[in-house]
This record gives sequence, C-alpha cells and structure tokens, in this order.
Amino acid sequence: MRATTRKHFRAEKFDFTSFFFTGLTGLATLLIVAILAVMLGNILLNGWEGFSWRFVSTIPKKDFFDINTTGVLPMVVGTSIRVFVMTIFVLPIGVITAIYLTEYAPNNSLITRFIRAAVNNLAGVPSIVFGLFGLGFFINFIGKHLDAILHNSSAVWGQPALIWAALTLAVMTMPVVIVATEESLKAIPPGLREASLALGATKLETIWRVVLPQALPGIMTGGILAVSRAAGEVAPILFTGVAYYMASLPHRVTDQFMDLGYHVFVLSTQSPNIEQTRPILYATVVVLLLLTFALNLVAIIIRARVRKKLRALG
Amino acid sequence: MPKLNLPEAKTNSPGSNILIQIEALSLYYGATKALKNISLTLGEKVVTAFIGPSGCGKSTLLRCLNRMNDLIDNVRIEGSCQIGGHNIYSPDVDVIELRKRVGMVFQKSNPFPKSIYENVAYGLHLHGSQNKSEIEAVVEQSLRSAALWDEVKDRLHASALGLSGGQQQRLCIARAIAIKPEIILMDEPASALDPLATARIEELILELKKDFTIVIVTHNMQQAARISDQTAFFYIGELIEFDSTGKIFTNPAKKQTEDYVTGRFG
Repeated sequence: MRATTRKHFRAEKFDFTSFFFTGLTGLATLLIVAILAVMLGNILLNGWEGFSWRFVSTIPKKDFFDINTTGVLPMVVGTSIRVFVMTIFVLPIGVITAIYLTEYAPNNSLITRFIRAAVNNLAGVPSIVFGLFGLGFFINFIGKHLDAILHNSSAVWGQPALIWAALTLAVMTMPVVIVATEESLKAIPPGLREASLALGATKLETIWRVVLPQALPGIMTGGILAVSRAAGEVAPILFTGVAYYMASLPHRVTDQFMDLGYHVFVLSTQSPNIEQTRPILYATVVVLLLLTFALNLVAIIIRARVRKKLRALG
Repeated sequence: MPKLNLPEAKTNSPGSNILIQIEALSLYYGATKALKNISLTLGEKVVTAFIGPSGCGKSTLLRCLNRMNDLIDNVRIEGSCQIGGHNIYSPDVDVIELRKRVGMVFQKSNPFPKSIYENVAYGLHLHGSQNKSEIEAVVEQSLRSAALWDEVKDRLHASALGLSGGQQQRLCIARAIAIKPEIILMDEPASALDPLATARIEELILELKKDFTIVIVTHNMQQAARISDQTAFFYIGELIEFDSTGKIFTNPAKKQTEDYVTGRFG
C-alpha cells in the first residue's frame, strides 16, 4: 500500500517527456523572439544614422537617392491619411454589417451562413487581388462614371487617387472589423438585451443604448487590427493611388499620394547606387515601423480610456 | 394602439377586478407543445405564484404575459391572453406599450453596466422623459419603493455592478417600477440570493402588492406560501390546480398537487 502511494505521489524517475516538450515549446518561442530581435536590431542599428528630424520633415526633390537632401514627409503624410480615410469607411460599414449578422439576421439560416462564409473568404484573398479589384471597380467603373456624370473634361475621379486607395484598403480590412465586432457583440450577456426589451425598448434602442457601448472596446480592437494591417500594405494601393514621386503633399481626396511602404519598394528596386541608397532605405523602414507603432499606440490609448470609462460606469 | 383598458380599482378590494384572463392558451416550440390549453384568471393587486417542477412551463407562461416569447424563433401560440380586457396577441397590439405596462424581473439580476441612477432612469429616457428634476424624483421614489434608497443614496452615480446580488435584484425591481407598470412579472427573483437577501425581496413583494399586480414564478414552496394570495400548480405544460394559496398548501383538491407541495416529488 505504502509503495503504491509513493509511486503515485513522488516521481522516482526523471520525467523525460515533460522535459522534452517543455524544452521544445520553449525553443520554438525563443526562435520567434530571436528572429524579431535580429530584424528590429538590424533595422534600428543601420537605420539610426540616416534617421533625423530633417529626414522626417523634408519634402524630397525628384532625385530622392541622396541621403543629405532627401526626406520622407510626403510618405508619412500619405500613409497616415490613407489609413485615416480607410478607418472612416471600414469602421461604420463593418460594425453595421456585424450588427446585422448578430442581431438581425435569422440565426443559422442559409443566407446568414453564406454571408459569414463570404466574409471569411474575403479575408483570405491575396492583397494584390484587392489592388486589381480597386482599379477595376473603383477607378474604371465608379470613377469613370462619376466623371461622365459630372461632365469633367479630364479625368478627376477616374484615375488613381487617395480615396480609391483608402476604399480598396477598407474592403480588404472589412473582415477583420466584422469578425472582431461580431465576437464582442456575442460576448454581451443575453440578459442585458432582455432587460432592455422588457422595459419597452425597441430592438434599435437596445442596440444603441445597451449593446453598442459594451461592444466598443471590441470594435476598437477590430479597428486597431485593421489599421495595423493596412499601414504596411503596398499591393492594394499599387494601382489605386500611390505615386512614385509628387512634388507637393496631397490636397484633395482625388490626388495621388506617396507612401512609405511603396517608397521602401522603390528605394530597393530603382536605386542607381545600392551602397548610397542603403542608409536611406533603412531610415525609411525605421520611419514606417515608428508610424505603424504610433498609429497603434494612439488607438490602444483611446481603447484603454473607453474601457476605463466603461468600468467606472459599468 | 388602443389603450389597454385597465379597470379602475380605487374602491374595490384587491382581487375583485379581473386584470389578466388567459383562455385556452397553448404554446409550441416548433413541434413540442410546451403549454397545454391553459385557462387562468388573475385579479388586480393580488400576488399569484406559479409553482411546479422544472420544465413544467411556468416560466414560459410568465413570458407569455409580456410577450418575451416573441424573441424566440419557432414559437407559436394558440388561444388568448387578455390584459385589461384586451387580447395582447391580437395584431393591433403594440408590444412596446404592452411591456411598459407589464414589467419584468428576471431570475439572474441583470442591471445594465451603467450607474445606479442610469439603471433606474433607463426606462424613463426610453419613453421620452426629458425633465431632469422629474426623472430624479422618479428615480428616488422607485429606489425607495424597492427598499434600496437608503443603501445607495450616497452613490447614485457609482456603478450598479458594485452592488451585492440582493441589492442588484432590488435595483432591477426599482428599474421595472420606475416606468409605472400595472403588472410585475417575477421569474424566480430570489433563486440566486442568500436567505437574508431573499427575505428582503419577499418583504418588498408584500409591500409592492399594494400598488401592483404581481405574478411570481418560484421553486421555493415556502416562498410561495409566504407571499402569494393565489397559487397555480403546473406539471408538464398543464395547469393542474389553481386556487387560493391557503387551500393549495393545506387542502389541495388534487393528489398530484398534494404530493408536490409536501415534497413527495419534484
């Protein structure tokens, strides 16, 4: 009896399986951390020398391969604006779609399942396909027709533009927002909806006054994921709005724009002198990373404040 | 919608006016018949308890009275349910108006994640009250009626979720009575509470019956005996017996009722 107890409660042998799997999972994690550290370390070490306030705040001349005179201001502005305009479109449309799917659509009906499948498939489409879609649909279809309706003598809407690039990105990031919003809507206890309806609230009043305020942090998580994904994407804007070079900052939504991600591509493929361009390239990547980080940070801070407010009241 | 013509009951004694009249009501979930041909008449300003083992249909019947069953897919209802002489299932009934007049308190307390004040004021905001001092007065009055005012008057703008379970449930009662319904439906309102909090809810119900007609679903036999005037016993979707609470608990007409209230089954 005593021996059995011992056998069950005290490991007499070295547990090799446990040790092996702890080690294996630990190593896999370490590998990921190491890759990230090497990448960031390499970029920061090499990018630091070219990075300066002058670099960030300068509009470059046509020849932007000279480290002493070039800058990335138009790219910072272009990337920020296209992400911002995208957010204005993707959040309301995505949230309203998610509300329809969770609150209104008949549960598990054929059409609801079809829409969900379509949303999930949209998330799997390669980004270059979105770029081509944006060119075909927004520019050649909507833009051209707008020009025809408005009797523009030259193409105003029917050409690559900031608005079309932002809309293409909005279509691309729509599934992220829809899925995140749906998850946060589903997490709200059904008892809260019942309480509101039992007090004589309509469905719309219940959604507006009880459901949406609770879902706000989750919706913002969706927004943050969409912004992160969109900020670094190049393929969707390739045909829809990005410019190789512009002498001035974009003024209207129909203007083209310069973009950080695309500029990295240009610098690494179009340079006449690779050695000379390398510091510029590194510094541009540093700016792109910092900008993505900053956009995320702003969104995360806003979300934290909303959460805090909800907790204080809620 | 036509007003639900609720009888005036200023001089009459409690129960002398018929307020709710359920006639041959059957309810189906898909093909399952959950309520079988129920007929029941409830007077004004009386407390009626629905008792019976789990799954007997008592909560389902309760939810028929404010049409909360409308929210469930595949529910079909036959027969009629009249409140104040008007069939609440007739097509011209405005469900919003009905639910304003027939309030509900749920089994699990479900205050909104808002302040205590906002919880009670919610229904008032919904139904268009704008006057701040008027709303404040109703909030105070409702919290007093729900025996919660003294405990929360210094923290009206603190979160409702910071209250204890019993306080939350009384807040839900305050929220329900703030819009001045005629009827309050209670679906096992004390089943998640400790004995002390339960006693407070029961006291409250006895107090509230002066102004409201109350229908309460309960699993607690003693509770039904303590607080209700009439008791209806249900078993697998059927109304077995409906009589004064004294009669049901001391001298029931049916053997099945006797077995249940004495704890021999259920």
